[in-house]
Amino acid sequence: MSDDLLFFTEVTLAGLGSGALLALTALSFVLIYKATRVINLAVGETLMLGGYLFLAFAAGMGLPVWAALPLAIAGGGVLGAIVERGLIRPMLGKSPISVFMVTVGLGSVLVGLVEMLWGTDPRTLPGFIANTPVFIGEAYVSRKIVVAFIAAALVIGVFLALFRFWRGGVALRATASDQAAAYSCGINVPGVFSIAWIIGCATAAGTGVLLGAIGGISPSMGIFGLSALVVVIVGGLDSILGALIGGLGLGLIQAWTGSYLGGEYQSVVTFGLLIVTLVIRPYGLFGTHEIERL
Amino acid sequence: MPEARGATLEVDNVTLAFGGLKVLRGVSFAAQAGSVTALIGPNGAGKTSMFNCISGFYRPSAGTVRLDGQDISRVKASSRAALGMARSFQNIALFRGMTVLDNIKLGRHAHLRTNLLQGLLHLGPAAREEEALRAEIERKIIDFLEIDHIRNKPVAMLSYGLQKRVELARALAMQPRILLLDEPVAGMNREETEDMARFILDVKDEWGVTILMVEHDMGLVMDISDHVAVLNFGAKIAEGRPEEVQNDPHVAEAYLGSGDPAALMRRLHAEESAA
Amino acid sequence: MIIGTAKETYRADEALLTTRPQQVWMAVLLAGLAVLPFTFNAYWTYLACLVLINVIAATGLNVLTGFTGLVSLGHAAFMAIGAYTVAWLERDIGTPLLLNLLAGGLLAAGIGVIVGLPSLRVKGLYLAIATIAASFILHFVFVEWTAVTGGSAGISLQPGTVFGVALVDYTQLYWLIMPICVLMVTGAANLFRNRIGRAFIAIRDRDISAEVLGIPILRYKLMSFALASFYAGVAGGLWAYFFRVVTPESFPLLTSIFLLAAVIVGGMGTILGGVIGALFMTLVPELLRFGVELLGPVIPNAGLILSPVRTIVFGALIVGFLVFEPQGLTEIVQRIRRFFRLWPFRT
Ligand SMILES: Nc1ncnc2c1ncn2[C@@H]1O[C@H](COP(=O)(O)OP(=O)(O)OP(=O)(O)O)[C@@H](O)[C@H]1O
Ligand SMILES: [Mg+2]
Repeated sequence: MSDDLLFFTEVTLAGLGSGALLALTALSFVLIYKATRVINLAVGETLMLGGYLFLAFAAGMGLPVWAALPLAIAGGGVLGAIVERGLIRPMLGKSPISVFMVTVGLGSVLVGLVEMLWGTDPRTLPGFIANTPVFIGEAYVSRKIVVAFIAAALVIGVFLALFRFWRGGVALRATASDQAAAYSCGINVPGVFSIAWIIGCATAAGTGVLLGAIGGISPSMGIFGLSALVVVIVGGLDSILGALIGGLGLGLIQAWTGSYLGGEYQSVVTFGLLIVTLVIRPYGLFGTHEIERL
Repeated sequence: MPEARGATLEVDNVTLAFGGLKVLRGVSFAAQAGSVTALIGPNGAGKTSMFNCISGFYRPSAGTVRLDGQDISRVKASSRAALGMARSFQNIALFRGMTVLDNIKLGRHAHLRTNLLQGLLHLGPAAREEEALRAEIERKIIDFLEIDHIRNKPVAMLSYGLQKRVELARALAMQPRILLLDEPVAGMNREETEDMARFILDVKDEWGVTILMVEHDMGLVMDISDHVAVLNFGAKIAEGRPEEVQNDPHVAEAYLGSGDPAALMRRLHAEESAA
Repeated sequence: MIIGTAKETYRADEALLTTRPQQVWMAVLLAGLAVLPFTFNAYWTYLACLVLINVIAATGLNVLTGFTGLVSLGHAAFMAIGAYTVAWLERDIGTPLLLNLLAGGLLAAGIGVIVGLPSLRVKGLYLAIATIAASFILHFVFVEWTAVTGGSAGISLQPGTVFGVALVDYTQLYWLIMPICVLMVTGAANLFRNRIGRAFIAIRDRDISAEVLGIPILRYKLMSFALASFYAGVAGGLWAYFFRVVTPESFPLLTSIFLLAAVIVGGMGTILGGVIGALFMTLVPELLRFGVELLGPVIPNAGLILSPVRTIVFGALIVGFLVFEPQGLTEIVQRIRRFFRLWPFRT
């Protein structure tokens, strides 16, 4: 393999790795949006909180990884439950923008709390993935990225299966397509709301641990949520398929621009892509278009 | 004040489809200047869609709409207001956050001249224009429609019947030459319906405005319209003077599934007395 | 109540301030603004300037978001455009200050129109997100277009001069900023007395039927974007004269959120709301500083927690107002007013 091609392959593999994390975060957006029609901009901050919870359990309390990880994820779930009951449900029927801004405010509160408890300096998570690289053919990939990719793929697979076959998944789909009808079929719609927020936030927290394992954690890592937001807008807010394809796609595009054009181009390309999509297909590549009538 | 003469509206062969669903199939009819024309038909016949084509909100896939002989099919919706076309909506489309007065003033938008800079300063021309508008609305519309007691109320607080009346007021503020009314008395009680009928006739007689209305209340249609066109499944099935249409077996069939006009009239009367 | 007779003129009814108490309060406010720099020290004058700059920007955003219903989360980028324009003109061209401010506003308005173009097709949240995207792209331009913007280091300015007076201390700056702020807020308030403002509200309330009423929606949406961006541009220009250095990090996404928060907390869709909101949101961090200083002896390293506390309170205010007081501070003011009007007799 020529050096150029090898480099390209390595960049691409790294892109797929971060793309998988983007897809996972995007899934959290989509799950919450499908059930409650809320764009949760605090996903990024939930992710960050997950990373810090893991730090607290693993480094602070000295728990082993197999205990700290589920606890961090559960912490995300608890946050989701509280937020849904305390903030989102009272906002039922308010304009989407207001609810969106509530999540923006929530994000700020979470950042402040984390800064207060752990300070503003970046931290590294206790290593639970070995540092030895993995070779795929000749291409070098960081083991952390491989693990993240596999974990993300597994979680996404489980989600897809649940969504299809589990009763709760069916209820969620029913609620997403028609709330009133779901009600009248005896589906516990508020219950679906809660579950969606719990699972969505737990997913985000888990993703935060993976992300933190790769690049460390800091109070500003919530910015990752903005990239995931771009993914869901491009893929379509209510489309799981869109989240997956969009996540991997954006991961690749960011890796390529980062390596070939320079890191400073990443955000222009990402957001340029967003604007182009919005203008050409306002409801995303796979999203449903809602029509207006007089 | 019959300063503005009514306009003639001709709809020619208008066709509209949403995906595979044909909503209008080559419909043609005309509303003569200064007359009341009713467009009737069962639910889902395509009446509101026809209004949307006329006011430019939908683009028909074929056919033309002419105002006083001029083809306006390509004119933007927002520019049709300046040509003298005004309408009210089946599902009241008032601006709920605004007062009655502001809603009415809004109707005049296309005829006002204030630009952004003048608007920011609100001196001279802008202020004069607003004052003149206010005075005219008070004199011609608020008095006429008997809504002076609610002029400063937010519309969200008003009863359904009053909201419909405010919609008419706003349409009149548009200085219309033709007025499209989509179910002006739907959901109104007997008294409110009679008031509305009186207003519509007054608008026709005193303002000389052409009126095209969609209405399910057959009593009202028979009473005040000069001409009736009937739609069913997107196609025009009958047209003529009210009493002609009333006795047309196709019309009865469309409404009832049977060809008996007497049965239609019986059902309509039953509905009316139930309301 | 006015009886609708033909001879009546409606000038009083159509005025900006219709009741006597309103006029009295306005007079008190203006008098207060006039004596402020004489009665307070430099620190408070500094804060007043900051508040006034934010009032201009928030009022612009209020026109766009509160009145036209177009949510922007990229408003800070337009402040940046104004600030850079002013800084560049001062550094390279040397045109007069007031002209620079106008140029900053106009350039921001022009870019605002471009950023507003997607509003033809996208609405609500999607539009908000498009504006975030636009602000990141502008940020890229600020960093990379080194010849004009000075790159990451930004541009430093000499004190501006108006009519031969150099604006060095806060009092001098106050006399530049305050009148401009009063003018611009009055302008925004005027707008809603005539057809322009009514069209904005119509678009907010019922986008699609507005078109049928003869309002060219796209044109008015773009007008609203232009106007809001103009306000932001002028605010940014004043900001540049005030802080005398402009860098790409001067106007982060957080500033955009701050401005939107100010409009929400103050009360969307009332001019007063933007003003009170900007005042409140600018002063709260200062109050928190006093609070933390007071607690200094009690809590160890109180200084360290100031920044996180501000972040938390900022977020909590947004959440709290949206959930519990969605009409914002203006509604609270109204309630207090109603209470005192009836006070000794009924409660
Ligand atoms: N934007 C649209 N997209 C798809 N179908 C539409 C749209 N607008 C109308 N239709 C369909 O067109 C048909 C005619 O609707 P329309 O509203 O014109 O009927 P109508 O005669 O006004 O009925 P009603 O008396 O109930 O008001 C209906 O089947 C309706 O579902
Ligand atoms: Mg209809």
